[in-house]
Amino acid sequence: MTATLSPSIAGIVTASFTRKRRMAFAIPAVILVYLIYAAISFDLAGLAQRARLDNAAILLGDFWSHKTHVTRDNGTGEVVVAIEGENKGTYPQGTAPDWVTLSGATTTIDLGAGHIVTYDAAGARFVVPGYGTIDIRPVGGKPVLTAPLPIPDWISVAENKVSVTTNAGRFSYSRSKVETFKYEAGWELFFFTLDSPFYGKGIGALIGLSTWGERIDPVRSNLGYMASEFWTNKMWHHRDVAWAIFETILMAFLGTMTAAIVALPLGFLAARNFNPLGPFRFAMRRIFDFIRGVDGLIWTVILSRAFGPGPMTGAIAIALTDTGSFGKMFSEALENIDEKQVEGIQSTGANAAQRARFGVIPQITPILLSQVLYYLESNTRSATVIGAIVGGGIGLLLTQAIITQKDWEEVAYYMILIVLMVMLMDSLSGWIRRKLIKGE
Amino acid sequence: MVDIAFGPSPGQRPKLTDPREAYLEQVRRKRMYGGIILVLFVAFMASGWMLAEERNAGGFWRGLPNVIDFPAEVFSEAWTSRANLPGMFWRSIPALIETLNIAAVATLLGAIAAVSLSLLATRGLARWPRLIPLFRRSMDALRAIPEIVIALMLIYILGGGPVPAVIAIALHTGGALGKLFSEVAENADLKPVEGLASVGANWSQRMWLGVIPQVAPNWLSYALLRFEINVRASAILGFVGEGGIGHDLKLAMQWGQGRYDEVVAIFFLLFLAIVMIDNISDHFRHKLVKGN
Repeated sequence: MTATLSPSIAGIVTASFTRKRRMAFAIPAVILVYLIYAAISFDLAGLAQRARLDNAAILLGDFWSHKTHVTRDNGTGEVVVAIEGENKGTYPQGTAPDWVTLSGATTTIDLGAGHIVTYDAAGARFVVPGYGTIDIRPVGGKPVLTAPLPIPDWISVAENKVSVTTNAGRFSYSRSKVETFKYEAGWELFFFTLDSPFYGKGIGALIGLSTWGERIDPVRSNLGYMASEFWTNKMWHHRDVAWAIFETILMAFLGTMTAAIVALPLGFLAARNFNPLGPFRFAMRRIFDFIRGVDGLIWTVILSRAFGPGPMTGAIAIALTDTGSFGKMFSEALENIDEKQVEGIQSTGANAAQRARFGVIPQITPILLSQVLYYLESNTRSATVIGAIVGGGIGLLLTQAIITQKDWEEVAYYMILIVLMVMLMDSLSGWIRRKLIKGE
Repeated sequence: MVDIAFGPSPGQRPKLTDPREAYLEQVRRKRMYGGIILVLFVAFMASGWMLAEERNAGGFWRGLPNVIDFPAEVFSEAWTSRANLPGMFWRSIPALIETLNIAAVATLLGAIAAVSLSLLATRGLARWPRLIPLFRRSMDALRAIPEIVIALMLIYILGGGPVPAVIAIALHTGGALGKLFSEVAENADLKPVEGLASVGANWSQRMWLGVIPQVAPNWLSYALLRFEINVRASAILGFVGEGGIGHDLKLAMQWGQGRYDEVVAIFFLLFLAIVMIDNISDHFRHKLVKGN
């Protein structure tokens, strides 16, 4: 290079620098403008008003805790203690957890930290430490409140209903009933329901029972009984959940493998070096494009109309969608192979099938396997969504639990299971890939 | 060596004096294992399909003729009212734009998150090398949660509309792109980074000027691929949750007969959009990766 740069080169370099500098500001500016447009078109301002933060609190609270309802019917005087207010979690008549004392017409509920609620014939009383006693008596059918003045904002008084919200629990008194909710950490009845003989026993007691304890049911061992009680838990349906997870994995596995098996021969038909018929090849490619373009969503909808809800429909939907993707990828892989190996095998007098088997397949196996494994992994995730559309697997359970808008602890349970399932498939496919492709 | 090749038990060891015999023995063994694996695989697939069919509401052979029935019914009705189709097309375009916007915003936000996550999780580049496992695990977790879970929960909190879908897809995109980005960044040349460090550049300057220019083409190509995927995801989320063309499709399908022309219009619009986006992004990705 000579010492003097020609002025034109200097000019070009300067211009290029200026352009780059301008781009460095222009691109973020364009992105920002687009995001502002999107924020307006998505009505972000309106969203801030519509957002229900109380719902968020309910959801997050439900994820890790549960509530127990203690309800008295003001007409009959009957007291019912039920976990989450559900039938399945109702304590048998006359029994209650140890923080509720039932004695005749008087019910005493200890919410902890000095908060005590009493239901009796006169009405109900709620002792809040540091504030005083909230006393409610029905007068002419309507609840009348007597409490230290001024009434704080955590007590809401309406004509027919008084509700009190404290950190220890919630309390409400209406014409027909009086209710107290106590919140406790943990998922209720996760292992055993109330009607099970194993309910409320600690780990030590359970181990003792299962090893040397006396048989509760003379017909079977305690461990077997315990397993079956857990498996058939009426609140959490562990058996159905396990089946649903299995169905989801089954959908992903069957769909991916079937797609790969179908797409391999089709890939040969669409590869330039294996199918000399141009128009035919073109047609194959357009078929792949069509299948991919129509999209899994529409295939899923069409197929679930035809085959009804269930895992088979989901598996067929995955298989169909992926046949398009695999066909395209396999044919591209086939076009990029090294022809020398094929020629070498041809020189020994091999026919077309033998050339494909010994000259081509070994070359594309690594690409093929890694693609198939990658799809298997990502289809485990898609199978959840497809399950929600076709009605099968964990996706269905999940959407159902979300739609009820109160079983958030179940949603959390399913989410944890799904994440574990996906991570498991992730590491499994990574392990197989390392084992098969990189050789141990 | 010999033990590794033929197994430790001396009884089964072939005569080493005859290499041909040894080779054939190895081939036979390999074929046998291959055959066993194949048989197991076929048995597994067959029983899997049988089980799936058993747990399905309708059987395979009974349902097979219906596969054509539904599209045929839809198309024949749409054909009789084909005069409406152009109008339907126009009416569905805003919904399509919403779906595309959801995908684009989610890809953009996800990619921005992925850039920082991936740089923080790449060996040799990370700001806090001790925290690399933390960032990696968080990307794994983001990738593992299906979009639909987050979307449906956010619908409960935020009400309907496109924002829950955007957040759900963006979170997933952040995890998925973060992993790919960090794989690219691992292969980046460290010399420019060292050069920048020697003149006193701080971490963000080293990344912005030393790493990003090297990896930008590959990153962009991955982001475009992700955009294709996200368009589909956003259509599906609309179908299951709310917002965009997927939701309109669901409403039209639930209505059933009488609105099949709308189903066809939405279907074609979605199809054209997906094919067009795929082709455009294919074109640009080739340009980006292969250089001009």
